[in-house]
Amino acid sequence: MDRLRDRIIPVITILLVIVAAWYAFAVYMNAPFQRDLDRRAGLTPGTVEFVGKTLSQPKPTMPAPHQVAQNFFENTFLRKVTSARSLVYHSWVTLSSTLLGFTFGTALGILIAVGIVHVIALDRSLMPWIIASQTIPILAVAPMIIVVLAAIGITGLIPKALISTYLSFFPVAVGMVKGLRSPDLMHLDLMHTYNASASQTFWKLRVPASVPFLFASMKVAVAASLVGAIVGELPTGAVAGIGAKLLAGSYYSQTIDMWAALVAGSVVAAMLVVLVGIVGKVVERSMGGRPA
Amino acid sequence: MLMTVNQATATSVDQNAVVEARKLGLTFQTNDGPVRALADVDLTINKGEFVSFIGPSGCGKTTFLRVIADLEQPTEGKISINGMTPEQAREARAYGYVFQAAALFPWRTIESNVGLPLEIIGLSKAEQQERIKRTMDLVNLSGFEKKYPWQLSGGMQQRASIARALAFDADLLLMDEPFGALDEIVRDHLNEQLLRLWRQTNKTICFVTHSIPEAVYLSTRIVVMSPRPGRVTDVIESTLPTERPLDIRESPEFLAIAARVRDGLRAGHSYED
Repeated sequence: MDRLRDRIIPVITILLVIVAAWYAFAVYMNAPFQRDLDRRAGLTPGTVEFVGKTLSQPKPTMPAPHQVAQNFFENTFLRKVTSARSLVYHSWVTLSSTLLGFTFGTALGILIAVGIVHVIALDRSLMPWIIASQTIPILAVAPMIIVVLAAIGITGLIPKALISTYLSFFPVAVGMVKGLRSPDLMHLDLMHTYNASASQTFWKLRVPASVPFLFASMKVAVAASLVGAIVGELPTGAVAGIGAKLLAGSYYSQTIDMWAALVAGSVVAAMLVVLVGIVGKVVERSMGGRPA
Repeated sequence: MLMTVNQATATSVDQNAVVEARKLGLTFQTNDGPVRALADVDLTINKGEFVSFIGPSGCGKTTFLRVIADLEQPTEGKISINGMTPEQAREARAYGYVFQAAALFPWRTIESNVGLPLEIIGLSKAEQQERIKRTMDLVNLSGFEKKYPWQLSGGMQQRASIARALAFDADLLLMDEPFGALDEIVRDHLNEQLLRLWRQTNKTICFVTHSIPEAVYLSTRIVVMSPRPGRVTDVIESTLPTERPLDIRESPEFLAIAARVRDGLRAGHSYED
């Protein structure tokens, strides 16, 4: 009951507000084109009929929520998953490169963080470059990565995954630097009084202390990975994936398809973030975390 | 080995000395200029003693303990622990250190926290288990092995941290205001237990506190210190018997020692601020 009152009702309320605003906006955006159509056909529809028409155009400027929902439902649940029109198929293509890139990115981020925490030279030299790397627009870098890798014979999943890596290593590196440095002075002094070696201090103190930071940054990183995978599909002329679907939709003014692909992307992102969150909770619990 | 013993005896008065400080000084370089945390500390702590360090904050009592533990480096004078430098003593795991807070690792169970130093030393699993059991019994924490720190009260957490310091069986125990954050009843109880433990184990204990009753109740010797710069102003031998029930604190003897400690603190305290 409390959950219903505290969590579900507020969320639903906001959702309803958004949907209502969306409908209003769809009518407003599609009205000029509809008026134009009606004028040419010599029709003078009533208000209700006119609104109905603005919400059921085949290629609307702004698709109505029910159009997107219908398209999403049909292309998710009614198609065979091997079909090129299936959103499950496209999501899977994007998801696979997301996951590969996320794995690379997390590993790279942890590696960089360990280096920064243990090697003073890296601490002083690496951080500015890491931050600079994220100021470069990924949309500009992506085609270059694809072209360069294609020139040395690497095509397919890896180049796309590397773009995900490029976006996802950053939050992990920053989070893990903070996490590996999170043990307080007293704990470090304690290890010092035991004459613990650097590797003992690392494995028994720094690593466990960094785990909450790792999962927090992995949540950000997995969402960034998905963005990277979608962006990676845009300049590659990819025929499959959510990015490819978005691109094809924009070529042929299939606005409803584009919106449905966007929704699919958000659903995948939400599932990934929730999944990382659940794994984080399980790990935290197994490490004796106080139940919230 | 023989040589280090000889070196130690060359300057020492007592063969039993565990800690020997001669003209010890420590100056911290801070952004506001140098701060003399310790100056001219001459002190010998013998085997089996329970020595309390008392004084207002900033008098260097914690710093002195940290110098013994090789957590701070002195800038003047000499100090030896069992005839070794603090660094050698630390490497030989000559002491256990109890901090102001329990400083347990929240991701480890109590027994695994107590076993942490044993893991680091590299004892066998069986030996670890045996020592964990023994020290947990010693601090009356049997039955809480599988609990996590947050499931225990503050007093129990601090007892676990004492067990951890005892687990690797060093003869010297350094305690930095271990009961400072606990309420009076718990504190009394832990003081009693600590005394019992000291008698049972025959360890040498250095105990930092800012509570006069605590210092008088526990110690065989009380070192009174004063700030700016941190130095020793008085060393008081306790005349209380080894066996000390809690109500000894109302005895005239106890009150006399407490009064002397208070006088010492007052004399060393500057009231310019």
